[in-house]
Amino acid sequence: MHAFRLLTPRTPFRSGPDLRGVAKLLFALMLCIIPFFPASAGPLDEATSLFAADSFPDTAKAIDLVSASGAPQAGSLLEALGDRRLFVGGDKKLYFKDKSGAVFNALDGSKLALEPADLTLVRTNNRLRGAIDTAVGRLTLQAPDPARRRAAAEAVYKTRAPESEEAISAALRVEKVAAIKEIQQLALASIIATAPGKSDIDRLSAIEILRDNGDRDALTPLNLIPDSAGANVKNAAKSALTEINNRLALWSTAQNTWYGVSLGSVLLLAAIGLAITFGVMGIINMAHGEMVMIGAYTTFVIQEVIRQKYPALFDYSLGIAIPLSFIVAGLVGIAIERLVIRHLYGRPLETLLATWGISLILQQAVRTLFGPTNREVGAPSFMAGSFKLGLLDINYGRVWIVVFALAVFVSVLALLRFTPLGLQMRAVTQNRRMAASMGIRTARVDALTFGLGSGIAGLAGVALSQIDNVSPNLGQGYIIDSFMVVVFGGVGNLWGTLVAALSLGIANKFLEPFAGAVLGKIALLVFIILFIQKRPRGLFALKGRAIEQ
Amino acid sequence: MIAQAILSRLDGRGRVFLGVILAALVLVPVLHLTMPASSPLHVPIWLVSLMGKYLTYAILALALDLVWGYCGILSLGHGAFFALGGYAMGMYLMRQIGTRGVYGNPVLPDFMVFLNWKELPWFWYGFDMFPFALLMVLLAPGILAFIFGWFAFRSRVTGVYLSIITQALTYALMLAFFRNDMGFGGNNGLTDFKDIVGYSVQSPGTRLVLFTLTLLALAGTYLFSRYVVTSKAGKVLVAIRDAESRTRFLGFRVERYKLFVFTVSAMMAGLAGALYVPQVGIINPSEFQPGNSIEVVIWVAVGGRGTLVGAAIGAILVNLAKTIFTTGALAPYWLFALGALFVLTTLYMPKGVIGTYGEWRDKRREKAALRADAAANPAE
Repeated sequence: MHAFRLLTPRTPFRSGPDLRGVAKLLFALMLCIIPFFPASAGPLDEATSLFAADSFPDTAKAIDLVSASGAPQAGSLLEALGDRRLFVGGDKKLYFKDKSGAVFNALDGSKLALEPADLTLVRTNNRLRGAIDTAVGRLTLQAPDPARRRAAAEAVYKTRAPESEEAISAALRVEKVAAIKEIQQLALASIIATAPGKSDIDRLSAIEILRDNGDRDALTPLNLIPDSAGANVKNAAKSALTEINNRLALWSTAQNTWYGVSLGSVLLLAAIGLAITFGVMGIINMAHGEMVMIGAYTTFVIQEVIRQKYPALFDYSLGIAIPLSFIVAGLVGIAIERLVIRHLYGRPLETLLATWGISLILQQAVRTLFGPTNREVGAPSFMAGSFKLGLLDINYGRVWIVVFALAVFVSVLALLRFTPLGLQMRAVTQNRRMAASMGIRTARVDALTFGLGSGIAGLAGVALSQIDNVSPNLGQGYIIDSFMVVVFGGVGNLWGTLVAALSLGIANKFLEPFAGAVLGKIALLVFIILFIQKRPRGLFALKGRAIEQ
Repeated sequence: MIAQAILSRLDGRGRVFLGVILAALVLVPVLHLTMPASSPLHVPIWLVSLMGKYLTYAILALALDLVWGYCGILSLGHGAFFALGGYAMGMYLMRQIGTRGVYGNPVLPDFMVFLNWKELPWFWYGFDMFPFALLMVLLAPGILAFIFGWFAFRSRVTGVYLSIITQALTYALMLAFFRNDMGFGGNNGLTDFKDIVGYSVQSPGTRLVLFTLTLLALAGTYLFSRYVVTSKAGKVLVAIRDAESRTRFLGFRVERYKLFVFTVSAMMAGLAGALYVPQVGIINPSEFQPGNSIEVVIWVAVGGRGTLVGAAIGAILVNLAKTIFTTGALAPYWLFALGALFVLTTLYMPKGVIGTYGEWRDKRREKAALRADAAANPAE
């Protein structure tokens, strides 16, 4: 029944506010029904006969009809008309050609195999083209696809063309999605605030809307209040500007904090492994960055295999990579400990040199195996895209990395505190000979601890493969940062590492805007160098009475 | 008398070392100048410059050995002091270009014209004078080392912590020098040099002179280091290396000794950098890379830490190997070789070439003495 009502000419969507929701719903139904009632006398058919009449006034009427019809093909039809691609065939039906010249039935959008006979162009003049543009704008403002509607509303918001006022208020009346509605309101308000010949009362309420919901884009219309407006309007605009600027400053602080947390979580991931090998075992592992790199390359290999053999599993590739990277990097770590580091306990400076040598070998090995260029590691679909929280732009990928970093941190903490291996690790760190006397196989614990630290570095590699170039130099970029985090936080203290990573990340992002990325980083390095002079054992030093060495 | 005073400070190794330097001082110029180009004994000018480069590395290694081998301070930032000295020399050479640059500006170096700078930054003043530049070659790294050491040694930052913050220092400097608006040429560094004290940098004669100067500088820094380590202060340095706390409890102001040797060593590194730049023809921020500084450590380790001569020999050996590797078909394997060198040296040859040879010789002498003993008293 409603379907018939909808198909009545001239009033398809104007059936009153109470029915709009139903109408929207049934609009979809109508899409299914149209093919079954091809002969029904809809607005488009009426428009077709008007187009065929080939007189400018009739064409103008037809444009109104088409744009009011809300039919899905209305947009492409009007666009074709504007581009002089709309034709009337000998059979009095409408056709349009696309850019390549293929012919389509303008009413149902079906492609024709053969060009119909006697195609005559529907002629337009300048006045009609203006009408077409407005109609197309109105159609996109009310397009069925929310993304298109949103983009159209944002475009109006930015251009503030007074001609769009009617279209945007029409769109505002039918809009259901709250977020888009808000943009449309802002767009309308920015037009009213700036267009000539508006009353002060209208302008004041428009300024109020801009003030309450506006973002950066609202600043321009508020600066462009015409001189004809009254003093109270100008004052309102001025106070609205300050208010928006204050709010923007607040949001940008929040945004910077978020970027800082996100950078901090990357630092945390890179440093947790080091906090174990350096902090707990006291080994200067210069090959730590290469463990991260191995984790990233493991991720790359897994993704390649999945891409080629099981493309359906692609979204799970990181899930598969997490345990495997841990195992691969961990095994490499255990091998390094057994072959080299074991012989160098008690000689930290020599360990530093030997592990640096290992890092060179690992880098070159990866370069030989995978080539020197960057490798592409894709993001699974759940990590792509971003969302807005207020005025914050938050990237899903970054959210996952923060979550992942914290998860790794908590698991390492739990492992050290609640498992037998953790207990043994702590025992060996605190007093090696005593632990050995109690029957702990210290050599085995050493190997496992080092393997654990390396494995966690491998986990960091999985996350870093998402935000950094996977190349043989990947690890080099993180080694100094990681050492800074561990040393700043206090050696042998995981909580210190957490605090240090986050505070360095946040400090870095807050320094960036006015010092630049590089100077900000230099400032932090200098700060840490000075800080270590003051507290040589870091933020959270382990208390003890032992003298060094 | 002076000669005797010098010789008395030397051990057998040092005499051989100085002898070799003296021989090179005579032989290389003679072979270059007198032998015809076709002769196998002819030393081509590129080889002279290459050897000159190795010798500057040898000075750098000597500087590091002084702090690491004798005082236990493993500096991972000596590349920075080397580069600072190099930059001081590079700035002098830039000012000497004058109107011969691409833009022909009589005062501003090309890169400043390119960046649209109108006048010379204050820290470039004076670098048109050679003596001032020479002073800065020593002062720039010296002052940095002094300030850094002042803070670090006073608050007793030792061991690996010190190593890590020296590494952070050179890393921070690298980031700074990569910036265009620092006024040091950004990532292109300083290059296209023309003259040094009026002589063309490119000409064979100048290169030969630079080579001999480097040889003399190596001999000079070696004698100076030898003087330091054989002095009473040198004994304290070794004591600090072996037992810092004990030395402090005995009443020595440990941080002063450390500060002294660290600053002096940084100045030596700066001198090496200053000799390096005109012979290589370029200085850029990659010299500040943390990896470069660590490589210096391996030169010292390979040669033998705490032997001075060993450091110089190690620098020359490793760089010779590097040249041979990286210019041939073996190029992709150089990092494997260097990495293996790091690992194997620390595992199996912690005393380096010189130290291991010394051990072997001592053992043989001991055995010979035992045998002679046994021969003299057969009855027992």
